[in-house]
This record gives sequence, C-alpha cells and structure tokens, in this order.
Amino acid sequence: MKILVCISNVPDTTSKINFTEGDTKFDTNGVQFVINPNDEFGLTRAMWFKEKQGASVHIATVGDATVEPTMRKALAIGADEGIRINAAPTDGFFVAQQLAEVVKNGGYDLVIAGRESIDYNGGMVPGMLATLLDMNFVNTCINLEVEGTNATAVREIDGGKEKIATSLPLVVGGQKGLVEESDLRIPNMRGIMMARKKALNVVEPVTATNGTTDVKFDKPAPKGAVKLVDTVEELVDLLHNEAKAI
Amino acid sequence: MSVLVYTESENGKFKKNAFEVASYAYEVAQQLGTTVTAISVNADENESLGGYGVSKVLTISDDSLKTFNAKAYAHAIVGAAQTEGAQVVVVSSSADTKFLAPIVAAKLSAGYAPNVVAAPESTSPFTVKRTAFSNKGFAHTQINSEAKVIGVSNNAFGAIENQTTAAVEAFSPSLGDDAFTTKSIEVDKVVGKATIADADIVVSGGRGLKGPENWGMLEELADVLGAATACSKPVSDMGWRSHGEHVGQTGKPVASNLYIAIGISGAIQHLAGVSSSKTKVVINTDPEAPFFKAADYGIVGDAFEIVPQLTEKLKEFKAQNA
Repeated sequence: MKILVCISNVPDTTSKINFTEGDTKFDTNGVQFVINPNDEFGLTRAMWFKEKQGASVHIATVGDATVEPTMRKALAIGADEGIRINAAPTDGFFVAQQLAEVVKNGGYDLVIAGRESIDYNGGMVPGMLATLLDMNFVNTCINLEVEGTNATAVREIDGGKEKIATSLPLVVGGQKGLVEESDLRIPNMRGIMMARKKALNVVEPVTATNGTTDVKFDKPAPKGAVKLVDTVEELVDLLHNEAKAI
Repeated sequence: MSVLVYTESENGKFKKNAFEVASYAYEVAQQLGTTVTAISVNADENESLGGYGVSKVLTISDDSLKTFNAKAYAHAIVGAAQTEGAQVVVVSSSADTKFLAPIVAAKLSAGYAPNVVAAPESTSPFTVKRTAFSNKGFAHTQINSEAKVIGVSNNAFGAIENQTTAAVEAFSPSLGDDAFTTKSIEVDKVVGKATIADADIVVSGGRGLKGPENWGMLEELADVLGAATACSKPVSDMGWRSHGEHVGQTGKPVASNLYIAIGISGAIQHLAGVSSSKTKVVINTDPEAPFFKAADYGIVGDAFEIVPQLTEKLKEFKAQNA
C-alpha cells in the first residue's frame, strides 16, 4: 500500500496571532511552526500501516523552502520520502489541485490529510482532493483499518460516531482518534539523523485557480473584565436578566 | 440565478441550523436581488422554510438517502444548483455538512468559504467574514469564482423570520452507483441529549473535577439546563471522557449561547475553541486561572460545592419561570 500524508505547516497551538502589512498577512515573527496537529495524528496512523502492513509512506506539503524543517520532522518521525510543491498555499482549492497532481503521479492508494489546518481552518483540502481524483472520502476520521483494498473507517458525527465501509483508493480527513495523543512520536536522534538523508523532492506547481483570497484579517474585540460573583443566586440572576442566556 | 440553501433535517425534522442557513441565504439573495431555493432530503413540513424567506423548496424523498451519505447528498445538491442556476450555495457548519461542502465546491469549481459569521460585506467582489486561526482571528475572504459555497457558522447569524410562501416541488436527482461507494454500517449516536454542535448551552469540565467519577454533578447541571456536556483536552487525553466531548483548538469548536467552564484553567488552545460562545461562565478555585480573563461571569470557589448549589438554584429558577 502506498500512502501519502499531506502535511500542513502551521503556527504552534500556543501561538499568539498577529497580522502585518496593514492586516493583510499573518505575522510569522517569533512564531514557532509545527506539523498541523490533525495531520500528525494521520502521520502516526500511517506509521502503524508501515510497521504492521508494510506500507510505504510519503509526505507532501505545499509551500516555499521555509516549510522544510516541518517536513524534516515528519521524515524523522518515520515517513520515507517527502515532496514539496514549491508554491504559497494561498487557498484550499489551490492546494487540493496541487496535491491532486502529486497523488495522480505517485499512484497512492491512501491519502491521509488532517480534517482541517489549525491556521486557516478551511477544512476543504481532503474532500476537494478526493473529488478531483474521484477517490472515496471519509471526513473527521477517528479510526481506520485497511484489509486488501477494503477499508473500514469510523468518523465522528455530531453527538456520536459512524462506521463506514469503503474501498481504496481513499482519502481521509483525519483527526485525534486516528491514534491517541499518547501514541504521537517525538523524533529521536536516530530518526533525525536518518531524516537528513531521506529524499525531499521539490516539484513546481501546476497551473491552478484560487477559489478564495483572504484580503484582510482582524482579531476579536478585547473582552471586558469578568464580573466575579460570590453566590449562585447572583449568577443565575445575571444570566437571566443581564446576559439573557437562560 | 438564485441562492440555493441546503436545509438539514434529522428524522424528518429540520435542524435548528436549517432556519439559520435559510435566513442567511435570504440575506444573500436580498443583496443579489434574487430569491432563495432550499433543498431538503426526506424532510417533513417543508413549507415552514417559507417563514425564513425561502420561496421554493426542492424536496427529495429517497429511501437510499435515509442514512446520510456525503457524496450522494453532495451530488444531489450539485444537481439542484445546476437546475436552479444557483450562483451561491449556502450550507451549515455541522459535521455532515462540513463533510459534503468540499465535494460540492469541487464539483462546481467553486470557492468555498467556511465558518462564516456575518452577512456578506459586499457582493462585488463577493466578500465574507469568517473565523480563522481557530477563532483567534477573523479573515475577510473574497470568493473569486463564479459559483460560490458559503458555510455559515452555527449560532452566528441567527434564525431571522421573513414571511414568504414557499412553493414545494419534488426533486429527483440522478444518482449513479458511484455516489454510493462509501456505506454506513453502524451509527452510534446519543439520543435525546443535546449535542455540542446544536446545543444552546454547553457545560464543560476540566482537570479540576479530579476524576471521571465526579462527572455526575456536571451531568445533573447539564440536564437542568438542557445542555450538552463537553470537556477540556487533558480530560479526553486521560480517557475520563470520550474524544467527542473534547472542545478547543484541536477538538470541537463551541458556538453556544452559554458556555459554563468548570475546573478548566483556560489554556490558550481551549479559549480559542470556545471563544465564539456568547456568554462564558467560569467556576474555578484558582483566581489566577487564565479563563477568568476570557469570561463574562466567574465564581472563584470549589466546584464540588458550587455546582450542586447552582443545579438546585436553577431547578428553582426553572420551576418559577416554566
């Protein structure tokens, strides 16, 4: 089985968010970049397929050279080979079109991408990719088993979960649950050394369209001070009469 | 040209977000000078959408669509969009809709703006405001393509009544076998309890509750309020509660009217995920807990004393205001 894990390079979850150039761009100054958490769960599940079922695992990222440290980390965790599409990831539709080309050329059976990136939160790349390539698709996937060309997936739904039977070739939008938080791997020294020697191929983008353009950003208005109360009576009164929340 | 809105239902009954997205679609249609057509699947009382500005409802009655199937539903919506010559397709932010929307967008070669929180800022260029950076910011997003898909955040725009008469027409999309290549085998869903996505009120617990055995008091509070229960990331990581209850940046977002955080200190990732909730209440023993800075109301004190008191008080309140 050939697996492609799509990795997005995102600000660390603890990052404070600021904008620059007249609020038209995300300010990367002082920001630590990491593997998108939803992608990391997928990558770790891919490692399981590699170790238990002999799958090969490639990773792909759309981005300029600044994304390579994050890709090297994914290689250090155990992916075999990386493909960087040399373009700014301007919009989910654009990214999906770039990844579609990689999947087509690489003949992958299974593509695992995070259900969304934690920066732009588009949540569209896996579904668009599957549709462009006419592959099966399961979103918000929290469990995945593959036997031959049959796949059984569990997806999270509002208020529960659903078990789905489908087949390869398949795209999943992954998240926590694909593996547990405690299963995530911190690259060890051997992994880091080996990752330096692994192939990280750079390919040029195909012509593609941007469905959307983020023209401006802003931050939520600062919050007023909290009202501290001493009794539940006061709280219920405020929630009813002031906040009108109950 | 019209605006098409997908109005979700469950067991034949429209979901709360169906009226919200219909209201949003009506606002878009007003701005574009056109009308709203809704598409519903196996739903009853389709005329009720007329109360929210929908002038036409395409109703699909099809046993093969009884269980949600993203691809088949997406193909049906695409079919309706093409039949209606719809320029804009409006959908919700439920788990099912976030599953199908990218398929619809790719099929229509449409730009897709999810998590939209306000009426379009302009229609030429078509610009909407949406949450980004996991609710730490907003993006003003221009949709460049001719066809457009807009995902409206839960509880952001609201359900706004606009009395119209909705003409109800049967619609039979042509769905090939290729639309059914993923099959639902089993659905395991809590019944009769509010879900985090739909609930007006969410009651959430953190490490301060000390162990899964102490969730009873939180569930009692939730019962009185008709609220959904949720938890912080450490609580789900430790297996005290299921992943489905984890709210925050890497869990589910919360956009309820009222969010009550009990024994949750308020890590930046958690605050991001719940920031769209309108009113936030914190109960925590530690007055320095960061959540107090992000909350509207707070009680500094022991949850094990306060939560049962609050439940009792709310029972009295409900009895008086029933």
